[in-house]
Amino acid sequence: MNAKRVDKIATGVINVIAGIIVLILAGLLGYILVRGVPHISWHFLTSPAKAFQAGGGIGIQLFNSFYLLVLAMLISVPISLGAGIYLSEYAGKGRIVEIVRTAIEILSSLPSVVVGLFGFLLFVIQFKFGFSIISGALALTMFNLPLLTRSIEDSLEQVAFSQREAGLSLGLSRWETVIHVVIPEALPGIISGMILGAGRVFGEAAALIYTAGQSAPALNFADWNPFDIQSPLSPMRPAETLAVHIWKINAEGIQPDASAVSAGASAVLIIVVLLFNFLARRVGTFIYRKMTAA
Amino acid sequence: MEEDKIRAAMLRKSRAARIEQRGRAISFACIALIVLVVVAIFYFVASKGLATFYQNKVNLWDFLSKTSWSPSTTGPHGKPEVGALPMIIGSFGVTFLAAIVATPFAIGAALFMTEIATKWGAKILQPVIDLLVGIPSVVYGFIGLSVVVPAIRNVFGGTGFGILAGTFVLFIMILPTVTSMTVDAIHAVPSYYRSASAALGATRWQTTSRVVLRAAVPGILTGIVFGMARAFGEALAVQMVIGNAAMLPKDLISPASTLTSVLTSGIGNTVMGSLENNALWSLALILLLMSLAFNLVIRWIGKRGALK
Repeated sequence: MNAKRVDKIATGVINVIAGIIVLILAGLLGYILVRGVPHISWHFLTSPAKAFQAGGGIGIQLFNSFYLLVLAMLISVPISLGAGIYLSEYAGKGRIVEIVRTAIEILSSLPSVVVGLFGFLLFVIQFKFGFSIISGALALTMFNLPLLTRSIEDSLEQVAFSQREAGLSLGLSRWETVIHVVIPEALPGIISGMILGAGRVFGEAAALIYTAGQSAPALNFADWNPFDIQSPLSPMRPAETLAVHIWKINAEGIQPDASAVSAGASAVLIIVVLLFNFLARRVGTFIYRKMTAA
Repeated sequence: MEEDKIRAAMLRKSRAARIEQRGRAISFACIALIVLVVVAIFYFVASKGLATFYQNKVNLWDFLSKTSWSPSTTGPHGKPEVGALPMIIGSFGVTFLAAIVATPFAIGAALFMTEIATKWGAKILQPVIDLLVGIPSVVYGFIGLSVVVPAIRNVFGGTGFGILAGTFVLFIMILPTVTSMTVDAIHAVPSYYRSASAALGATRWQTTSRVVLRAAVPGILTGIVFGMARAFGEALAVQMVIGNAAMLPKDLISPASTLTSVLTSGIGNTVMGSLENNALWSLALILLLMSLAFNLVIRWIGKRGALK
């Protein structure tokens, strides 16, 4: 065979592979949306799940997912902001810094089920938080920290060094330069990273099964006192999230309409995650434009 | 008197210096906290996982090589059976098979995006890949359960649950990771390599296969190992389609189990501190060590690749 023929064949094969991948994704999304979207209704999104009958909703699970997400972000954003600042502004290139970076890398590559089990051991059992939102939020924080730290560090390092020099030459300390000059400049990147992280956290289930628990007790949505166990805001109640719910009904599947419920819940999950991805792209540029008048 | 005041003022830290010190301390505390978390994870999981061998006197080699797993009942030797080999084989099996299937697809897709249809690739395939990364793993598990398992049941018979179904689900899960890292690796190949090859009269495929891919090997390998690390640690999606039978898989379509699947379904049903529970923590320890090993391999590839 001559070289030109081989070239044509190889090109053909690669085109076919690319086509197959697009088909797989189209099939995946199509399957979930076609099966799931018809099941989504106001009733489905707001009513509580049913254990043994058809017609259950995902209202409490949906609320739990968002509440856990907010709590996890509230804990992890300040910590990873501090860690990102340290890595990009203060850490040099020493041996210890190298070890710290390795530790963060290892944390980011740990299987989420291991993170969940550690959370179970430490928060649920040692600290006696039980299966609760706070245990879940802390587990999600550990899961989220390394990625958020790295994305914040990257965003900070993108800021030109001349910006820092300008700040320092005005007599600001390094910390003040970071807070008043570098972070505002890096904000679009930081926020994009946060939203992407939120998307990942929202779909996470393995880290939550043994921390936030697998049950969603009925909530009293008229009671907003966080210290009542029935209140939606109570951090000490067990909280099954949407992703855990999908796993649970498929693993145990007592409901007669388990597959329809999981299709609907999967569709909701995917739509929210896609929304996060879309926002991550748009919000960053929007904020940048607002702040710089560019 | 006057001199003392000046002296004190000179020696006192300025406001800016105090702010600086405090800021530095706060950010250092954050990074220390993350390192502490990593150390704590290793300490807790290791102390629990090793208890099987120290407290319950299980032989480490038996644990790794025996094939019968029923920690709650006593076996013929008067000891509980804790042979983790079926799970270890299951985990490595789905991981390697998924990586083997995903690699040609990932390289093909990456070449399509970088060498053949750069415009199209960037417009269609790139967002597709980004979307796939974002889909939560339970959704993959659900699709595996409702599409892949019945399909395998129809084609090959049996229950449909097993290593083949697990492989298929993991293949789709790691494909985007491997693809996007392969794309990065190919992008990093300097364009004058291509020009030089084209100037010698090579066709596009000759340039691609003999120059571009060759130069991108370390990056592609890193991507594959990353994908394998993800596949090895994936829990729920696999647990939903693998069948969860803790025995040595006869073939690819009979129910099997992985380290993660046994962990997710078992740890809630055992009593803390009992042998059953400790044995599960030992599985978690294997997972932890393997994720460390994947990390080391990635570093090693990075170092080897950087030298060239």
